[in-house]
Amino acid sequence: MKAWLEHHAHSLRVALGRFRDAPLAALFTVLVMGVAITLPAGLYVLMHNLQQAAGGLTPQAEVSVFFKLDATEQTARRLAAELQAQDEVAGARFVSREAALERMRGTGLGEIAASLEENPLPHAVVVTSREADPGALSALAERMRRHPEVDRVSLDSDWARRLAALLRLAGDAVWALAALLGLALAAIAGNTIRLQIYAQREEIEVARLIGATDRFIRRPFLYFGALQGLFGGLAAWLLIGLLQRLMQGSVAELAAAYGSRFQLAGLGLQEGALLLGVSALLGLAGAWFAVIHTQRALNIP
Amino acid sequence: MIELNDVTKRYPGGHEAVSHLSLGIGKGELVFLTGRSGAGKSTLLKLIAAIERPTSGSAVVFGQNVGRLRRAALPYFRRNIGLIFQDHKLLYDRSVFDNAVLPLHIQGVTGQDAAKRVRAALDKVGLLKKERARPITLSGGEQQRLCIARAIVSRPQLVLADEPTANLDDAYAGEIMDMFRAFNQVGVTLLISTHDQELIRRYGGRALTLAEGKLA
Ligand SMILES: Nc1ncnc2c1ncn2[C@@H]1O[C@H](COP(=O)(O)OP(=O)(O)O)[C@@H](O)[C@H]1O
Ligand SMILES: [Mg+2]
Repeated sequence: MKAWLEHHAHSLRVALGRFRDAPLAALFTVLVMGVAITLPAGLYVLMHNLQQAAGGLTPQAEVSVFFKLDATEQTARRLAAELQAQDEVAGARFVSREAALERMRGTGLGEIAASLEENPLPHAVVVTSREADPGALSALAERMRRHPEVDRVSLDSDWARRLAALLRLAGDAVWALAALLGLALAAIAGNTIRLQIYAQREEIEVARLIGATDRFIRRPFLYFGALQGLFGGLAAWLLIGLLQRLMQGSVAELAAAYGSRFQLAGLGLQEGALLLGVSALLGLAGAWFAVIHTQRALNIP
Repeated sequence: MIELNDVTKRYPGGHEAVSHLSLGIGKGELVFLTGRSGAGKSTLLKLIAAIERPTSGSAVVFGQNVGRLRRAALPYFRRNIGLIFQDHKLLYDRSVFDNAVLPLHIQGVTGQDAAKRVRAALDKVGLLKKERARPITLSGGEQQRLCIARAIVSRPQLVLADEPTANLDDAYAGEIMDMFRAFNQVGVTLLISTHDQELIRRYGGRALTLAEGKLA
């Protein structure tokens, strides 16, 4: 047990020594790996934030009924009261043209609103359903569309559903990208190690001829690969933190414009640890393939 | 300790470097292997150390048929042998000490244990004061002695030396032969190849002469 530990401690020292011997090459590889990891990991963080932001939206289905511009307030109010009486309806709120314009001014679009000679906004009624199911209001929406005084009806859950689907698609894309870049990562790591093995061919040969096992020869390279992956993951974590900090300001501004206190989140501790673990594993896998393949190619008896 | 039975080694290309050769070497012997360049001396030593495998016949060393050893078993087999290579095979990017400690690290001996044994070996070959030097700064004789220190540091039962005195002047060659004598006196079996007949005449002992892969 002690001997085994010493073997590993020795391999680790040798691996660290190789970083010290060629710091520039190691730094370069680590940076390349860091960027390769940052792409999918950063996208993941972005997705996570979008989901978070989208999650803050009302899950209730909403139907907005926009009247023709010449429809009277009376007509609109009457319809609102009628709708309110329906079973599937939780609330039917009348929004007057003036109130809508007022709201437009409040959302940072004030300048546009001020430049308008006439109020282009119609009266509207916003209907919310009792259930989250967006289908619950579709019959009602259809009926409203045929109403002579109504100009346009929009089922507001449509875009929420589209956003959710889009986010799911983007999520799948992130995983596919992660898998591809993971492969690239292992290849980068493996290639560095392959070059290292050829550079140390003589040493490997001597060691083998004086009684080193293949395992003994492999181990420092495997440690080196895992460490390289770990450092690459660490670089990615730092890069993501940096990007988050850079984007924080503009995101906060944007959120404020929508009346939200939304804050851009970075990688959590757990996610970060997972990132490091996966990066180290990929580095190790690349090293493993390189070592097995190169050892066979060197063919030292 | 070493039993060769009708051993032939044919290299790719068809050249028979060792041809139907049989010999036995007992524990504690000191044997010289002579013959001109190309006679097959190096090949014979490589067969014994399982660096090459016989094309036919059997080579039995420490009771093990080396031609049949699995790759995974080779390291443990080789740890009983101290190898001194014709071309030194020193690592020039590390110190004298680090070269000599390599066999111990390979066997899992590290730290103070290893350092003590390395210094004892370097002392035996007169290199104790140079442990921090790079091998490239050593003279030819000193490099050869470093090879010897590396070969004996793990206290092997058998030492195979391939032309250890080639390229050395007589005074250095004499020193090295005296060292081998001393190892032999503490029970180490030695097989030393040389094409220097004069050396053998001076030191006596059993001598095997090779010519075209056969014992003459
Ligand atoms: N790896 C090899 N491949 C092909 N031929 C070889 C190889 N090694 C040695 N030989 C040939 O085998 C013969 C014996 O070589 P060697 O054992 O090195 O002799 P010595 O050590 O006595 O000079 C020589 O003719 C040499 O050219
Ligand atoms: Mg030779």
